[in-house]
Amino acid sequence: MDFLHANLPYILAGISVGGQYALIAIGYTMVYGILRLINFAHGDVFMIAGLVMIYAAASMPLYIALPLTVIVTVLIGFIIERVAYKPLRNAPRMSVMISAIGVSYLLQNLALYVTGGLSKMYPTIPGISNSITIFGATTKVVTVVTPVLTLVLVIALVLFIQKTKIGMAMRAVSKDFETSQLMGIKINSVISATFIIGSLLAAVASFLYFSNYAAVVPTSGAMPGLKAFVAAVFGGIGSIPGAVIGAFIIGICENIIKGLGWTTFSDAFTFALLIIILIVKPTGLFGERASEKV
Amino acid sequence: MENKNVLHLENITMQFGGVVAVNDLTLDVNEHEIVALIGPNGAGKTTAFNVITGVYEPTNGCVSFYGEPIVENFPQGKMKKLYAGTNNGKFTKTISPTPDKITKLGIARTFQNIRLFKSLTVFENVLVAKHMRAEQNVFTATFRLNHKEEKRMRDEAMALLEEQSLAHLKDEISGSLPYGLQRRLEIARALATNPKLLLLDEPAAGMNPQETKELAKFIMQIRDKYGIAILVIEHHMDLVMEISERLYVLDFGKLIAVGNATEVQNNPDVITAYLGVDEE
Amino acid sequence: MDQKKKQDLIVSACLIAFILVVLFVLEKIMPSGNMLFVVLKKGAIYALVAVSMNLLNGFTGLFSLGQAGFMLIGAYTYAIFTIPPDQRLAVYQYFDGGVVQFTVPIIVAFLLAAAVAGLFAFLIGLPVLRLKSDYLAIATLGFAEIIRAFFQWDVLGPITNGSNLLRKFPTFDSVLFPFIVSGICIAIIVLLINSSYGRAFKAIRDDEIAAEAMGINLFKHKEMAFVISSAFAGVSGALLAMYQTTVQAAAFKSAMTYEILLIVVIGGIGSITGSCLASFLFVACSEWWLRFLDNETFIGAWQVPLLRSGFRKVVFSVIIMIMVLFYNRGIMGTREFSIDSVTGLLKRKRLPGDKKMKKEGK
Repeated sequence: MDFLHANLPYILAGISVGGQYALIAIGYTMVYGILRLINFAHGDVFMIAGLVMIYAAASMPLYIALPLTVIVTVLIGFIIERVAYKPLRNAPRMSVMISAIGVSYLLQNLALYVTGGLSKMYPTIPGISNSITIFGATTKVVTVVTPVLTLVLVIALVLFIQKTKIGMAMRAVSKDFETSQLMGIKINSVISATFIIGSLLAAVASFLYFSNYAAVVPTSGAMPGLKAFVAAVFGGIGSIPGAVIGAFIIGICENIIKGLGWTTFSDAFTFALLIIILIVKPTGLFGERASEKV
Repeated sequence: MENKNVLHLENITMQFGGVVAVNDLTLDVNEHEIVALIGPNGAGKTTAFNVITGVYEPTNGCVSFYGEPIVENFPQGKMKKLYAGTNNGKFTKTISPTPDKITKLGIARTFQNIRLFKSLTVFENVLVAKHMRAEQNVFTATFRLNHKEEKRMRDEAMALLEEQSLAHLKDEISGSLPYGLQRRLEIARALATNPKLLLLDEPAAGMNPQETKELAKFIMQIRDKYGIAILVIEHHMDLVMEISERLYVLDFGKLIAVGNATEVQNNPDVITAYLGVDEE
Repeated sequence: MDQKKKQDLIVSACLIAFILVVLFVLEKIMPSGNMLFVVLKKGAIYALVAVSMNLLNGFTGLFSLGQAGFMLIGAYTYAIFTIPPDQRLAVYQYFDGGVVQFTVPIIVAFLLAAAVAGLFAFLIGLPVLRLKSDYLAIATLGFAEIIRAFFQWDVLGPITNGSNLLRKFPTFDSVLFPFIVSGICIAIIVLLINSSYGRAFKAIRDDEIAAEAMGINLFKHKEMAFVISSAFAGVSGALLAMYQTTVQAAAFKSAMTYEILLIVVIGGIGSITGSCLASFLFVACSEWWLRFLDNETFIGAWQVPLLRSGFRKVVFSVIIMIMVLFYNRGIMGTREFSIDSVTGLLKRKRLPGDKKMKKEGK
C-alpha cells in the first residue's frame, strides 16, 4: 500500500500519458494494418497539430481554434498520404518507408523554420489544465480526462470499423490488399479514411499531451511518436485494442521508472521492451501470424 | 544388384495446426535413381521437400541421408495435444538443422516458383553456390589472400556453365533470362553445390510438350553425368513416366501408391484420386 | 583480361594520387576557412558512414537504422582513449578526471573505435538479426536510442563523462586526413563486396530462401555484414569526433541516421560511388550552396520573402522528397561510376554517327 501511495502520482501520470500514446498508436497501427507501412511521419503530424493549436489560439477564441486544429491536422495527414505515399503504391516497401522518413524530415524542418527554433508555449485550455487532487495526489484534470476520452474514442472507432461500410472495407483491405481491390473496394478512399482517422486522433492526443507538457519544439513529436509505435508493435501491429493496451502499459511503466529515479532510461526502457517483445513474440500480444510461402 | 540407399524418409508427418499436410510418409531414394513424387494439387509434395531440406521442422518422423539421421522430430509442446498422425512415441530425438546445413551435406534443390538471385549475373548465380565449400574466411576473401581458391571456384563454375551450355549467357542478368533458361540455370546452380541428391520441384511447370521432352532428356543426362540420385515432383505425367524408376503417389498428404510407371498407372486408388479424372 | 585489370588498377591509382595532390595544393593556396574544406571534410566522413550503411541496406538487404548509435560508440571510444591525461581533470570535471588515465596512439584508437562498435553490433545482432525488414529497422533504431541513453548515464560518468561534452582530444587540420582514412575504409568495403562474401550478401538480398538453399548460413552472414558495417560506422564516428573537436551523446539522434539513409537513397541504394557522390552533394547543399536561403536578403528596399533562418532546410527537404518520389533509384541506381562506363558513354555517343557514315558509304 505504501508503494502504491508513494507511486500514485507516477501511476496517474502513466495512465494519462498511456492514453495519449494510445491515440497516436492507433494511427500507426491502422496504417500498418492496411499499407504495411511504418508511417514515420505520424509523430511529426502530432507535433504539427501542437503548433497549429498554438498559432490558432493566439489569434482566435478557443472554441474556433480547437476544431480548426483538428481540421488542419486531418488535412495534413490526408495530403501527406496523397503526395508522398500514393505515388509509391507499387514500389517496394522500403521506398515507401524512406518516403515516410523524408516526410518526417520535411515536417520537422518546416516546424523549425516557422518557429525559428524557439520552443513555443502551449495555450491553456480551460477545464483540463486546472489542478485537482485525487487520493492525496495533486495532478491536472487532463490526467483524469485522458483515459476516459481515450476509451470513448476507441470504442467509437471500434464501432465504426465493425458497423459501417467503410469500416468493413478497411478490415477487408487489411486482410488482403489485392483481393479487396478486385472486389471493387475503392482502395484509395479507404486509405485516405485511415489517414484521416489517424490524424484526427493525433490532433486530439496533441491537445491532451501538450496541455501537460506546455511547450512544443520541432522534435516534440519524435519521441511520443516512436513510443506510440512501440506500443502498436507491442500490442500486435494492426490490432487496435492491442495498440491501446500496449500504450497504457508503456505509459505506466515509463512513469514508474521515472519515479524510481532512472529518468535517463525511461526512453531506453521502451525500446528494450520493444526488442524483447519482437524476439519473444514478434507478432505482439494480439498480432496475426504471417509466413512466407516457399 | 541393390544400390545404396541415399535418402530415407521414415513416417514423416507434417502438421500445421490442425491441418495434416503430410501424413506418415515413408519414401526411399537409392543411388543413381530417379524417383518421382506425384499427386494432385495440395497433396503435400512441396511440403515433403521442405521437410527434407530443413525449411520446415516435421511434426513427427525422421529423414536419413546415407543412413545417418539428418532431420528428426516428435510431437512436442502444443503439438502434443493437436497431433493427429500415427506413430506417436516412435521418435524421441529432435534434429532440426537449418537449410544451409542440409545443402552442405549434399542435398540441393530447385523451387516451384523459380528463385534465382535476380540481380546477379548467370555466372554469379552459380558462383554463389560455390561459396559454402570454399576454404576461406572473410579476411582472406576481402584481401584476396584466397585468390587460388577464388580461381578454383570460378573455374568450376565456368566448367559447369559450359557443361550446361549456358556459358554464352554468363554475363546476362539472371532475372532477364527467358523462363526456360531460368529453369535450366536454377538446376545448374543446384548442381554447383556438388550434391549427391538433387530435388527438383516441378521442373516442367509452364513448359510446352517439346520443352518437356527435352527436359526429360536433360534430367537423365544429369543423373548419368554426375552420378547423382534425383527426386522430382511433377505434374506432367508423361515426363514422370518416362524418366523415373519408381513413383510415389500422394493424396491429401497420404501415400496411396508406390511402384513403377505401369504399376502406378493401373492402381485403382491412383486412378480415382488422380488419373481417374479423365473427361475425354 | 588480366592485362585490362592491371590497366584499370593503374588508372585508379593515378586518379587517387591526383585527387590527393589536388587537395594538398588546394589547401596550400586557399584560406583554410573556405567552405570548400568544410564540405570536403564532412563529406568524406559522411561518405564512409553512407557506404557502410549501403553495405547493409543496399548489398545485404538488411534495413537497419542503427548507424547513429554505432557512430556514437566510435566517437566516444576514440575520445575516451585519446584525451591527454593532463587534460582529463578539466574534461571530467564532475568525475574527478575519470577512470581512464592513459592514452593510446590515434591509429590504435581508431582500431579500438571499430572494434568496440563491432562488438556492440555483434551483441545487438544476436537477437535482432532474426527479425524481418521493418521490424529490424525499428529494433535497430531502438537500440541506437538505448545506446544513447546508456552513454549519458551518470553511473558511467567516470568513463563517458555522463551527459557532458568530451573534448581536448587530438583532432585533424588537413582535409587529407579524413580523405585517406575514409578512402582506405571504403576501399576495404569495396573489396569485401566484390569478394565471395559480397556475392553471398547480394544473394541474401535477392532471395533469402534461395541463398539458404545454396548453403549460405543466413544468420552468420547477416551478422558478419552487420558487424563490419557497424565497425566502419564506428570509424566514421571517430572521424566526426575529430572534425567537431567535441563529442556529446545527445547529438547522435535518429535524425542523424535518417540523414545518412537519405544520402544512401539519393546516391542509389546499392551503389558505392553513388553514396560517396551523394554525401558530398548533401553536405555541400546543406552547409554551403543553400546557405543564402538562411539569410534575410534585400534587393533595394524589397525584402525577398521567405528567406530567413531555417528556410534552407525546408528547401533542402523538399528537394529530397522530390528525389525520393520521382528519382527513387537515386543518382547512380545500382551502377558504379568507373572509367569504363565513362569511356563507354563517350563511345556510345559516337556510335550513331558511325552508323550513319556506314550507311552513307553503302
